[in-house]
Amino acid sequence: MTDLTKLTLAEARDGLAKKTFSATDLTRAHLDAIEAANSALNAFVLPTPDHALAQAAESDRRIAKGEARPLEGLPLGHKDLFCTKGIRTTACSRILDDFKPPYESTVGQNLWDAGAVMLGKLNNDEFAMGSSNETSAFGPVISPWRRNGKDGNPSTDKLVPGGSSGGSSAAVSAGLCLAATATDTGGSIRQPAALTGTVGIKPTYGRCSRWGIVAFASSLDQAGPIAKTVRDAAMMLKVMASHDAKDTTSVDAPVPDYEAALTKGVKGLRVGVPKEYRVPGMSKEIEDLWQKGIDWLKAQGATIHEISLPHTKYALPAYYIVAPAECSSNLARYDGVRYGLRVPGKDVTDTYENTRAAGFGKEVRRRILIGTYVLSAGYYDAYYLKAQKVRTLIKRDFDLAWDKVDVVLTPTTPSPAFAFGEKSGDPIAMYLEDIFTVTVNMAGLPGISVPGGLSSEGTPLGLQLIAKPFDEETLFRAGQAIETAAGRFDAGAAWWTGAAGARSQQAGAKAGKSGGKS
Amino acid sequence: MQVDEATVRRIARLARIKITDAEAKSLEGELSGILDWVKQLDEVDTANVEPMTRVVPIELKQRADKVTDGEIADQVTANAPMTEDHFFVVPKVVE
Amino acid sequence: MQAKAKATKTSNLIPGATGDWEVVIGMEVHAQVASQSKLFSGSSTAFGAEPNSHVSLVDAAMPGMLPVINSECIAQAVRTGLGLKAAVNLRSVFDRKNYFYPDLPQGYQISQYKQPIVGEGEIEIDVDGEAMRVGIERLHLEQDAGKSIHDQHPDYSYVDLNRSGVALMEIVSKPDLRSSKQAQAYVTKLRTILRYLGTCDGDMEKGNLRADVNVSVRKPGDGLGTRCEIKNVNSIRFIGQAVEVEARRQIDILEDGGKIDQETRLFDPGKGETRSMRSKEEAHDYRYFPDPDLLPLEMTQQYVDDLKQHLPELPDEKRARFMKDYGLTAYDAGVLIAERERADFFEAVAKGRDGKTAANWVINELLGRLNKDGHDIGDSPLSAKQLGGLVDLIATNVISGKIAKDLFEILWTDGGDPAEIVDARGMKQVTDTGAIEKAIDEIIAANPDKVEQAKAKPSMLGWFVGQVMKSSGGKANPAAVNEILKKKLGIA
Repeated sequence: MTDLTKLTLAEARDGLAKKTFSATDLTRAHLDAIEAANSALNAFVLPTPDHALAQAAESDRRIAKGEARPLEGLPLGHKDLFCTKGIRTTACSRILDDFKPPYESTVGQNLWDAGAVMLGKLNNDEFAMGSSNETSAFGPVISPWRRNGKDGNPSTDKLVPGGSSGGSSAAVSAGLCLAATATDTGGSIRQPAALTGTVGIKPTYGRCSRWGIVAFASSLDQAGPIAKTVRDAAMMLKVMASHDAKDTTSVDAPVPDYEAALTKGVKGLRVGVPKEYRVPGMSKEIEDLWQKGIDWLKAQGATIHEISLPHTKYALPAYYIVAPAECSSNLARYDGVRYGLRVPGKDVTDTYENTRAAGFGKEVRRRILIGTYVLSAGYYDAYYLKAQKVRTLIKRDFDLAWDKVDVVLTPTTPSPAFAFGEKSGDPIAMYLEDIFTVTVNMAGLPGISVPGGLSSEGTPLGLQLIAKPFDEETLFRAGQAIETAAGRFDAGAAWWTGAAGARSQQAGAKAGKSGGKS
Repeated sequence: MQVDEATVRRIARLARIKITDAEAKSLEGELSGILDWVKQLDEVDTANVEPMTRVVPIELKQRADKVTDGEIADQVTANAPMTEDHFFVVPKVVE
Repeated sequence: MQAKAKATKTSNLIPGATGDWEVVIGMEVHAQVASQSKLFSGSSTAFGAEPNSHVSLVDAAMPGMLPVINSECIAQAVRTGLGLKAAVNLRSVFDRKNYFYPDLPQGYQISQYKQPIVGEGEIEIDVDGEAMRVGIERLHLEQDAGKSIHDQHPDYSYVDLNRSGVALMEIVSKPDLRSSKQAQAYVTKLRTILRYLGTCDGDMEKGNLRADVNVSVRKPGDGLGTRCEIKNVNSIRFIGQAVEVEARRQIDILEDGGKIDQETRLFDPGKGETRSMRSKEEAHDYRYFPDPDLLPLEMTQQYVDDLKQHLPELPDEKRARFMKDYGLTAYDAGVLIAERERADFFEAVAKGRDGKTAANWVINELLGRLNKDGHDIGDSPLSAKQLGGLVDLIATNVISGKIAKDLFEILWTDGGDPAEIVDARGMKQVTDTGAIEKAIDEIIAANPDKVEQAKAKPSMLGWFVGQVMKSSGGKANPAAVNEILKKKLGIA
């Protein structure tokens, strides 16, 4: 039998329809892959094999009756930021401890209602704050990708899968699930996708419901998929997106058939290339990749236009005021009173202080403190208000651009995947990872990252496309054009089941059950 | 240093996060560094610019005044570290 | 706060050792919005439920929960603004007020800071016959907090979130009040308006209406002194006491050469004093910012106008109408309009009848008796129909005023139809002048000495009237008795 974990979501959908294999087969194949990989990669914090097999069995029943729903029987990984009913949800933080929500997020429910299977909860940076998945309370996620080594063998340096949705990007690129859910506040879908050679789309703010997703920054958070191909991402987004009366920032507009957009091509599409994204110190290979993207689109009939987005460089500092401010308030509810960790103290204030010090990791604490400071008396105007005004200008830059172009093309990240610890010294060095992606959240626009090529180290590089609000179809059109030209990129042989295969399989089995908590 | 140790402690108290002396010292540097970096926003002329008050151009959706929720005391208290007869129990509040 | 340059009534000044002092009072009233469900969630606002049973996942601030605003709460706030003759702000913003407390599950309260739903307005109050206008600064919507119980256990507090998220209107007055009586009159009037509008039931015992009283003192003509806030005063009586006690406290400190610390205090009715609420840190820094989960609230003028059209008649309007249409005094009209139910009851009695008589019976007989027996007009043993019937019997001279009082008593205790009772019990007034003359002649004949005295002392008439009434069992028509007696006694 073909390795079922190598299929795309669309291929698996076909295979199930043709009855080449069953949903149970598909799910088992992935559960096995997770067991084999998790101690090495730590992508899953909580595999849910029994739950998955029960869902798969139900899918098989429906397929047999000819009642397959859009994602029937397709096994997915689910970021641990989405609340899952009766199943532990932690946002990869100690502070949520053993929290079992009595509710399911709307996005999650949409997927299960469409017949998808949940393999387990995926690792992420704690409370979605990070660009490398190094801040998770469950330990870091290791990317299945490795740099080229000196002697022809791959380097054993452990690379980051990006963040915050590092578990999602690692799991998809390692073949541990057919696709995964993720969230993006400053780039947390697109940057991990770029670093792992996968496709990640952050839809327009308001396209997907935020209800039941652990909130980080309310005006920036959006759910979206990470998948192996542009088509797969389209399949996922079609189901994830919906209007939700319980989230009044979600938009009441029909969800288009995104898959239908894939064949539209890019003839006549006006592609904008913003000069401000050519940042000082940008590596040549990123510039080259960008040029390749321009050439591919041009070759397929698009026209290329230089545009100016003058406030680009201010998006990142503005983001690092707005996002911490909102998170400092959103994370105030984690106080040990109604759920999660409680570290007792001599009175309630002491209890709060102990709990939150023990429960929140360093990066989260740092952002809460920044956020608290920029909202505090005397600083609100200088920081928060100022940043929100700059945000208006960032959006306005794009509004003006849409007069001239239909889509904007940029690199997704300033550099390829780095190894652990290479950037965790200086917080700002880590923040700069998001320099190309953050503008999109600040303006509320949709953005997609599509693999464009490999770096000189043999690691993935991504190209980002940005479109008008609610014009995800253009992203899928142009994304498909790039994918057609660039091809797909594989992480290569699963090195975690190599020579030490038997040992790591056993260790994997143990870690798989405990969720790999370190 | 934009943010001194005393300010760090005050902010940590506002945020209800206990910090050690060592942490206070290192946060002084970290937070000041970040705040210095974001200060570049001062370069932007925002004199006649409105702050962004809505990301999506839609109206505030409302709901009808009906009782559609509640009566789930079990669910609401199920994850609490300490409860008694459906009350949340916390260490004493010092007024 | 603007320092209002008002001429201060000398009688409101408080004498001190170093001269007279003026007390300046501003009130922040928290009124629970009358609605079925909460401001941002669908749980019930009903009182007295089992702990944490009127709590949704949103109220419990579970991860990933989001607020959805209740349209009726918006309408109630606008109605209230219109009732306070205030500016309604078509665009307003919800802000988060951030602080930590166990009964505040989100770690922030959704409130309105810089752009409230209602702006400046005013209320007219009456104190000792003098009308004055009290300015309203603003009204905004906000969430109520839950309840913490501290006295059940030495080491633990118990938290019930049933009240958490209930809609409140915070109504802030300008610092225009200058005496405890004015403060009481202000809250009383505000409460009446809210009850008339149906936007708040004003039940202070249940805590549905609570007042934070800001008090400062100064020598007349000086700028504003430092104020203290007395929180959560929950009765009109305590408002008056708290003001007096706090003003006295501040005056004593200042006269001793001290200065007032700006702080929050609580009124202790048992001890008759205010005491400081010790808070562990410096002044709260609430870090207000617009709630990113809620878009700005934008209303159309049409929406506001529609609400305005459907407002019920307000107390001041009703009082003016009662004075005009029924010829009542300002005082009597004022008593009748104090509660809308009372005013409606009066109008039912007064319909097709003499307004003044109806007012007299409602105010002097019914209300007094209701108060004595601990009823309110809602469960009055006497209906408006019955009272109206009684008034009819007087108007048509079927019974005398005195007999009417007996009838009132019977209706109160036994119920029934007034006309039927009068018939059954033979309470009809004797108007037959022949019978009256006969009774008078008999009494004159039996009391010649008193007849002599009456010539010199006309007030003796009263004694004779009494005798005639006694002999007729109270049924003789008093007017006729008076007239005939005067003639027969030779008194003018």
